[in-house]
Amino acid sequence: MFRETEILKTGSQILPIKQNLEGAGDFVINVGPQHPATHGVLHLVITLNGETIKKVEPHLGYIHRSIEKMCERLNFRQFIYVTSRMDYLSAHINNHACAMCVEKGMQLEVPDRAQVIRVIMDELTRIASHELWWGAMAMDIGAFTPFFHAFREREKINEIMEETCGARLTMNYYVPGGLMADLHPNFQKKVKEFITLFKLKIDEYDELVTGNIIFINRMKGVGILSKEDAVSYGCSGPAARGSSVSNDIRKLYPYAVYDKVQFDEILETGCDSLARYMVRIREMKQSIHIIEQLIDNIPEGEFQAKTKAVLKLPKGEFYSRVETARGELGVYIVSEGATTPYRIKFRSPGFSNLSALDKMARGSKLGDLVAMMGTLDLVIPDIDR
Amino acid sequence: MWSLSNISSAIHNWLNQTFNPTWAMIIEMFIAGIAVIGLFALLGLVLVLMERRVAAWMQIRLGPNRVGPFGLLQSAADTVKLLVKEGMTPNGADKFLFNLAPFIAMMVAMLLMAPIAFAKDFQLWNLNIGVLYVTAVSSIMVVSILMAGWASNNKYSLMGAMRSGAQIVSYELSAGLSILTIVVFTGSLNIADIINAQSNGWWIFKGHIPVLISFVIFIVAVTAETNRAPFDLAEAESELTAGFHTEYSGMKFALFFLAEYINVFIVCAIGATLFLGGWMPFHIGHWKAFNQVMDYIPTSIWFFGKTFFLIFVIMWFRWTFPRLRIDQLLNLEWKYLLPISMFNLLLATAIAILGWHF
Repeated sequence: MFRETEILKTGSQILPIKQNLEGAGDFVINVGPQHPATHGVLHLVITLNGETIKKVEPHLGYIHRSIEKMCERLNFRQFIYVTSRMDYLSAHINNHACAMCVEKGMQLEVPDRAQVIRVIMDELTRIASHELWWGAMAMDIGAFTPFFHAFREREKINEIMEETCGARLTMNYYVPGGLMADLHPNFQKKVKEFITLFKLKIDEYDELVTGNIIFINRMKGVGILSKEDAVSYGCSGPAARGSSVSNDIRKLYPYAVYDKVQFDEILETGCDSLARYMVRIREMKQSIHIIEQLIDNIPEGEFQAKTKAVLKLPKGEFYSRVETARGELGVYIVSEGATTPYRIKFRSPGFSNLSALDKMARGSKLGDLVAMMGTLDLVIPDIDR
Repeated sequence: MWSLSNISSAIHNWLNQTFNPTWAMIIEMFIAGIAVIGLFALLGLVLVLMERRVAAWMQIRLGPNRVGPFGLLQSAADTVKLLVKEGMTPNGADKFLFNLAPFIAMMVAMLLMAPIAFAKDFQLWNLNIGVLYVTAVSSIMVVSILMAGWASNNKYSLMGAMRSGAQIVSYELSAGLSILTIVVFTGSLNIADIINAQSNGWWIFKGHIPVLISFVIFIVAVTAETNRAPFDLAEAESELTAGFHTEYSGMKFALFFLAEYINVFIVCAIGATLFLGGWMPFHIGHWKAFNQVMDYIPTSIWFFGKTFFLIFVIMWFRWTFPRLRIDQLLNLEWKYLLPISMFNLLLATAIAILGWHF
């Protein structure tokens, strides 16, 4: 563009554009690190041709907090709490993965009560996360009102969490061997109230956004991610299931009590933004279905297994994986037999999903890029860690 | 005593008795200018507050309700804040054009107020080509937006401005064609004549299907012309941060902001004038008593009531719909609205010639 020419000035001589430098005549804009659409400090360098996207280049590292290194300095009880800060929208599920990995290494038996409560909490977290995604997604494509409607229901979940866990976002409720504390006496009543309320509201969401003609036109046929691409980029979660890749960890490698409850793995065949959107909307209904099955059947008993005060994992490598709201989260611990992990590595869903953005966005319009980022449901601290 | 025209003619008579006619006219022009600026500021405050309250109502929250009774002074407080803020000019910007653009935006909004009949016989300038004047002057708005976007030396601004240029220029066509439907029925471009032609019924009731269609097209087109959601691509908060006014701050930003709201008011006023009878009260056939009660309501209230209803509708759009994409926006205009409104104009002309309307 007109100003770029000046940057290319060398001395008094202006370089002939397009002949000497590759891509010199391109219109490059920086979306982020401070930009309303990125929902955090993601930096996308976008090459445009008019309104059409030629290339998207994500730059990471703006919110890198060395969480893996931090975890290596903390002992096996403590490091779980740091992981709430990775994907802060599914804090419970992150904690679940870490607790499970430690339990696997220690060969701890988790009481049934704790297992059931963990699943209920995970699913509530998933609903809360998808709610926020739904609101933010609608805001990305220009509708502001759904954001507030989504937060109205999310608030109820936060209240439930607050009563039992004492926190609303970074709950830190899971410990190796079970749970930090028992349930609040109001828990079951409140969750049931929430289920009744939510079943009414989820239809309202469809009326407000899903059925809207502008919305459907914006979502249908854009951001195509074919099944092959979804697999080769390592996409997981709703982003991949929208391309009909069956990868729900809850079904494929059941953990806790997921093998005892009935639910469907949601698959959509559209491969576009609308498919990814519909996966999440339908997943919320499945989560409610899971909670409904469990809420009346929480077994009595201990909520925590008896463990030693200081945990020591035997020498070896341990891996556990869970399905967070965004996809597959893997926790890999290498232990040298000490009280702290020797090396810890997280396989976060957002990172792989983001890598597919360039493939999806090329050739589409700038406005659609924002919608695509919305359907990937990016949480930047999860990508950077 | 409620008639605004009585007040204006009283002032006119007094001035003509006191001063010689030239001075009287100069003083009258000053009064009119001050009235326009006053109305501009007042409408800005009212509409901003209204937008925020409507948004809050649709978004299940309270909205501004702390400053003054029911938050009425909120926009006044915001204005004071914007006035004392530093109006920054970026280093790389074209300083002259950058600072000129908001004034052009404001000036256009003020010019557009001239032919609008706010009440019975209460009009700044009853010119015989009122409708043409409105469509012509409102086109200048795009100049200020392009100027702002280009002079800012910011890529987001530039994209916003280019989008806005494409959008406003396209949608002016169908807005103009839908206005023409009414001109065809009335046979006059004079706004006072158009209102008088509706004394036995508003055009939206009298004009059969063509007027209904052109009313819908008009509302869609003016929403796009004023850059309001779902056509707010020039600003597109989630894509372009703030579009063409990304680099503006303080009062310079406020002028764009105000101009947007005044433009919304003006297009709604035009819509109310053309389709809903302007200041004409609502009458039903031979219900004499009902009609008399309706006549008793001041004409200015009728005008502002209709205008604010249309403004509410446009706000309703904004807080309900997602935004269109640029190619969908242009497709909507060139592939649907324009052919429909052209055909509609032919239909309206046929009906007007055959005298099938009421």
